[in-house]
Amino acid sequence: MTMILFNVTNGLIIGAFYVLMALGLSLILNLSGVINFAHGGFLALGGYVAYTLTPHIGFWPALIISPIIVAIVGIIIEKLMIQRLYGRDPLYSLLLTFGLAFVIQDGTRWWWGATGLPFTVPDFLSQPLSNEFFFITGYRVFMVAMVVIAVGALFLFLRYSRMGVRIRAGTLDLDTVSTLGVNVRTLRTFNFGLGIFLAGFAGVLAGGQVSLLPTMGDPLLMPSFIAIIVGGVGSLPGTLLGGLLIGVAAGITTVFFPSASEAVIYVLMAVVLLIRPRGLLGEEGMLT
Amino acid sequence: MMRQVQSQQALKLAAIWAVLLLAPYWMPFVGGYTALGTRVLVLGLAAMSLNFLLGFTGVLSFGHAAYFGLGAYGAGLMLKYGIHSTPLSLVAGILLGTISGALLGALIVRRRGVYFAMCTIAFGQVFYYIAFQWSSITGGDDGLRGFTRAPLSLGPWSIDILSNSIAFYYFVALVFAISAAAMAFVLESPFGHTLLAIRENERRARFLGIPTERHIWLAFTLSCLFISIAGALYALLNNFANPRMLDYNQSGEIVIMAVLGGMRSFWGPLLGAAVFVVLQDYLSSMTNNWMSFLGMIFMLIVLFFPRGVLGIFRRKEAA
Repeated sequence: MTMILFNVTNGLIIGAFYVLMALGLSLILNLSGVINFAHGGFLALGGYVAYTLTPHIGFWPALIISPIIVAIVGIIIEKLMIQRLYGRDPLYSLLLTFGLAFVIQDGTRWWWGATGLPFTVPDFLSQPLSNEFFFITGYRVFMVAMVVIAVGALFLFLRYSRMGVRIRAGTLDLDTVSTLGVNVRTLRTFNFGLGIFLAGFAGVLAGGQVSLLPTMGDPLLMPSFIAIIVGGVGSLPGTLLGGLLIGVAAGITTVFFPSASEAVIYVLMAVVLLIRPRGLLGEEGMLT
Repeated sequence: MMRQVQSQQALKLAAIWAVLLLAPYWMPFVGGYTALGTRVLVLGLAAMSLNFLLGFTGVLSFGHAAYFGLGAYGAGLMLKYGIHSTPLSLVAGILLGTISGALLGALIVRRRGVYFAMCTIAFGQVFYYIAFQWSSITGGDDGLRGFTRAPLSLGPWSIDILSNSIAFYYFVALVFAISAAAMAFVLESPFGHTLLAIRENERRARFLGIPTERHIWLAFTLSCLFISIAGALYALLNNFANPRMLDYNQSGEIVIMAVLGGMRSFWGPLLGAAVFVVLQDYLSSMTNNWMSFLGMIFMLIVLFFPRGVLGIFRRKEAA
């Protein structure tokens, strides 16, 4: 029983990271039609920047400032390069971010080194909370709480702020939003930065759990794609659901059949596409 | 006018084949070696297969390395555990790649654009994980080793394509020629013209009563068939198959070869593959930061040469 609980907890935590990563990807995909291959690179960058900042400003400020710095880097890249590709075939933005992923990864390796760096979190967070459930450390609870706060804040922002409403409207019909006098260019840039912020934030959180590596975002990329597809392209709640679902599914499979834990999420995707091609919460017509 | 175009094309074809057939003889003079030429042909075929879908049907698959790699594993597994025959290993690779492509293609043809690309990436990774995890059969992370291509036996004659790399080059060139001819034949057929129509305006094609999804599925499957031939040849070339051949990074490399050469051109991807392979061979021996260079090559091509090497010349012609 403890074993199952352990793996479900693990699955939920991994799922939480899938969610943060996938929500950022989903925001960018929905509004700009760009599959951001470099998302994992931004995640790692978030962890590394926090690693560098922590000795100077402490853990808590770094938790917020590092993602902001990474988001600014993202915005600069969007302004300089990705923006030029919006009107063109999606192939080009895909190839650009694909190349960008290599450059970021190699750059991180060059700057911080290829060996894993330990990222220390405040002491009180790393204690186990109970002896029986040794795997529930304070940091894990903290991570999940942070993800919940971040996701909650994101949904509130999208629901109630002017900018958020515009982003959601732009997802549905960008032309109309543009006609109504919204500067779509700025909107897309801001939205890109928001997505990258989430990646950077996930990077800082992940840094406290696993050691920092230039490739640390890679294993999250594919499950995030799958979370988006399973949840339904175009639907952020769907992405949230998809991320948690595949995280838990992978966690439970680990108990019974460890080597299939990665395969199961692909099976899940195939089943969803067969039974409900638009994804769990996807709307008809969003997939074309 | 028509005749002029035709004779121009015949001349171009003759020139391409003269370069390809004489490659083992002129390459040493420019610092190349036969295996490099073979690699260009194999990856060129892979890029042309992808371009069959990308350039001529207008559908972006970013997971084609999966079928490339399946071709390689099919060939390798046949040579290692099955019958030690080069033609049969090709058949095994083709079957494995094409059937997998046909099955998964059916799941994803309803999607378009980026979403199609995303589904192809995600499903392509399935095979990467299988090759990676099922190590008792596939050798896992170390890759599939312990097989060698078999000499070709034609009745009383036997051609030693194993130790004679020039003979193997010509074997690959023969398979390449057959595949390219088949691809050109399909593209020239009414079916091929329909694919172009779908590329130009899918909605109009559908209104004309063309079952576009079935056509795209067939194009996807054919493209998988051709790329699995390339994959099988690649396994024969290296006597080795590696899970990373199935990875989306490999897919990206194949896509960039097609883009680099020029997507609207039949032979463009071959040129793209040649440039890419030579550049990779040169740069990876010069620098440890090959990844950065690779990434920057991607970005520079996208930003400055979106129409590929041939596109640069085309623009000049048009102007």
